[in-house]
Amino acid sequence: MIELKKVDKNFGKLQVLKGVDLQVEKGEVLSVIGASGSGKSTMLSCINGLEVIQSGEIHVDGINVHAPSTDLNKLRRHIGMVFQQWNSFPHLSVMENVALSPRIVLGKSREEARAVAEKQLIHVGLGDKLDTYPTRMSGGQQQRLAIARALAMEPSYMLFDEVTSALDPELVGEVLDTLRLLREDGMTMIVVTHEISFARDVSDRVAFFHQGVIEEIGAAQQLINDPQREYTQQFLSNVR
Amino acid sequence: MSEAAAQIQFFTSFQASDLKYLAEAAGNTLLISVIAISIGSVLGTLFGWALSVSKLVAFSLGSILDVFRSVPLIIQLLLFYNFFPIIGFPLDPFEAGVVVLIFYTSALVAQVARGGIEAVPDSLRRASRSLGMTYWQEMRYVVFPVGTRAVLPSWAGVALGVLKDSALVSVLGYVELLRASQILITRTQEPFIILAIVGAFYFALSYPIAKVTDRLEKRWQYD
Repeated sequence: MIELKKVDKNFGKLQVLKGVDLQVEKGEVLSVIGASGSGKSTMLSCINGLEVIQSGEIHVDGINVHAPSTDLNKLRRHIGMVFQQWNSFPHLSVMENVALSPRIVLGKSREEARAVAEKQLIHVGLGDKLDTYPTRMSGGQQQRLAIARALAMEPSYMLFDEVTSALDPELVGEVLDTLRLLREDGMTMIVVTHEISFARDVSDRVAFFHQGVIEEIGAAQQLINDPQREYTQQFLSNVR
Repeated sequence: MSEAAAQIQFFTSFQASDLKYLAEAAGNTLLISVIAISIGSVLGTLFGWALSVSKLVAFSLGSILDVFRSVPLIIQLLLFYNFFPIIGFPLDPFEAGVVVLIFYTSALVAQVARGGIEAVPDSLRRASRSLGMTYWQEMRYVVFPVGTRAVLPSWAGVALGVLKDSALVSVLGYVELLRASQILITRTQEPFIILAIVGAFYFALSYPIAKVTDRLEKRWQYD
């Protein structure tokens, strides 16, 4: 379970998260929507400790992420993250991109790591690209590569940070399909997205962020189709 | 003036053994350059990393390296060579030359290395850390290889520059290519042919560096 309690986060004088409370259960898919700069991406970076927080607590499977004694490198093995920029390792082949961290972080043998990598690459539909270099692939393929790379660590949770925002419109579909696939696998996911219909159809719950607070959170269909708060209504009517 | 006196030769012409002499001198140029470039590059990479991590280091170490980068090499060589006997450590020309060239190279490589590290996008580094890599794993498996590819041409420029600048060590009396050519010119009075040969030697030493880095650059091209 991922649990946020009264989390405050500042960048200098700017407060980006203002006392955020949130619980995500094992197996749940939560989509996070809201305007740019509302703090939703920052929240993801705080969950795996890429960003420090000023106050409050974040627990992942009972481990306090921001406690000084926490081994973040170890914790991050359980939390996969995929970013807006797909961040492929340009100097490694597709196969090596995925096999690298199982080998150096989890200590798997070269063969084991390759086997895991191949399995995940086939899973996201890149089984025919193993020896290609990422710069020769489309953005959508590179983003699926990034997903396979995170999955190869066999994480318990996946965080998606606007993974389709930098893609050409015609490539968005293949990445969203991959997320749907993960949902069928039962993966626990927090998906920060601007794809409202995806959020409605694929998530269990949707949270709406507004100026650093969760303005509204609820069952996906209900929140998107029948938002209760004024800001949510405004936001949804603007994006549709 | 007698017949005999007129036949005395003050200058002797260029001969085959001189070519061997120049080849040995080229070997000395190669030796001092290879040592300076290899140790200087390792040291410079460490300095470049240090420059990239902390503002305080960037300021203090950066200022010291700036001295090496901006004081003419010939002055550094003469100062260093003449300073050590004063404090009781006489150095031979080779030792003094090698030490100065190493620091000179490292100062130049430090800036190249810092540039390489900064060329790696922050988001790529965050992605690496999100996979559970430690800081040093991230440096070794992502930042170093990606950064190296970005600045390889600049590094080659530094290496070629140092190879040619090693000629300045001749002012200390180390017999490398330039010094050897001066000695031969004095004896043979044939500057044209000798400088042409020396030029050819420098070319032969530089060409492999240029060629190899060129190849690597092509092979490492991302698309």
